[in-house]
Amino acid sequence: MVYLELLREYGGLFWSGFRTTLGVSVVSLLGSLILGTLIAGLRMFPYAPVAAVGRAYVEFVRNIPLLLIAFFFYFGLAPFHINLDGIVAGTLALTIYTAAFIAEAIRAGIHSLPRGQWEAGYATGLSYAQILRYIILPQAFRLVLPPLGNQFVNLVKNSSILSLIAGPELLYQGEAIANMTFKTLPVYTLVAAFYLLLTIPLSQLVRYLEKRLGGKELVLERGEAA
Amino acid sequence: MIEAWLEALQPAHLNFLLQGFQITLEVALISIALSYAIGILLGATRYLGVPGLSPLFTVAVEILRNLPILYLLIFARFVLPTFGIRLDPFWSAVVGLTAFEAAMISEIVRAGLASVDRGQIEAATASGLTRLQILRYIALPQALVRMIPPTVSQFISLLKDTSLAVAISLPELMHNAQIIYNGDPVKYVLPILAATAILYFGVNFLLSQIAHVLERRLLRT
Repeated sequence: MVYLELLREYGGLFWSGFRTTLGVSVVSLLGSLILGTLIAGLRMFPYAPVAAVGRAYVEFVRNIPLLLIAFFFYFGLAPFHINLDGIVAGTLALTIYTAAFIAEAIRAGIHSLPRGQWEAGYATGLSYAQILRYIILPQAFRLVLPPLGNQFVNLVKNSSILSLIAGPELLYQGEAIANMTFKTLPVYTLVAAFYLLLTIPLSQLVRYLEKRLGGKELVLERGEAA
Repeated sequence: MIEAWLEALQPAHLNFLLQGFQITLEVALISIALSYAIGILLGATRYLGVPGLSPLFTVAVEILRNLPILYLLIFARFVLPTFGIRLDPFWSAVVGLTAFEAAMISEIVRAGLASVDRGQIEAATASGLTRLQILRYIALPQALVRMIPPTVSQFISLLKDTSLAVAISLPELMHNAQIIYNGDPVKYVLPILAATAILYFGVNFLLSQIAHVLERRLLRT
């Protein structure tokens, strides 16, 4: 069996690529959750110029390719004598890119709640922060969970661009193994299997959450694929 | 500083960038047309529940949309030849992007068809229309309208994803940008990346504004 042979001989490389893919995705998810929440906060800020900064971030980032951001961090800092390695540059790029989509998901979640929720909160004498903390955010969280899950699936897939800036993730290691063994088809079949091992269960979980929590109106919003 | 930028953005370089941009747009347009047609076919087949075909398409769609696009591009260029299918970088990019986008569009079609009011389907069935006629005259026209905003978003993603064809040496925008700044990285990299970003941003922002207008017009009625 060519597959077992490949796994026996190059299992270590596959495993190391798989770990890097997973690690980069998890770190970028945490980073983009924090950054995305901040951007969403800016975007919904009651003072227009501040909100405009948030909007500019979202519009700019989601209309340029992720690869361009990655190249910026990997090659573009040379004039400043900053040299980031592929994993760091890629993780930064993924974080900045994904944060724009997470910010939009959070905003859409909060906006889809009826205004009456705010009014009722004020009427009962709660403060802005209390309404946010006890009424709005717990409900928004339910709506935002499925799109966040989707973003994580995208992160796992997008982390493959690290292979273009010498970040030794799964696809990069697959290419290396294919070049060493010339067993192109079996190697790339294994690479696909490793990706699907991560992404299919996650996608199924997202579908389940969509059905359970009813985030339907968000699904038809601008969904990012890449 | 200003001189360095002017040198980086000299007409010959900008011209080269625009040549790449043209390839980017060509790949994107062809892939959009193909993936739209295939996506509707896949989505409609799954909606109709054709025995044998529908489950097969469902599996294919699940696999395709859960793989990285970069993987699919590399597969089209370097793995398809092991099946005797040899494609140049341009058509490898079209095949890889179309495979992914058709899967995404078919999901949008399915959601659109599923959102058509059940009463209409029942009424059509009661008046003796076949399932295919219901799809053709009642469900699909409504679904297609509802699909416009998510479809446009999908096309914006596709346009950005053409940049991944750097990996298969297609001379598109990102690839040409790299060639220019590799000439003198310290001087050229920032201005050239900035010019590249403006080109991508320009066309995508325009598309997303169109999507917003369509969304407001169509979803309100």
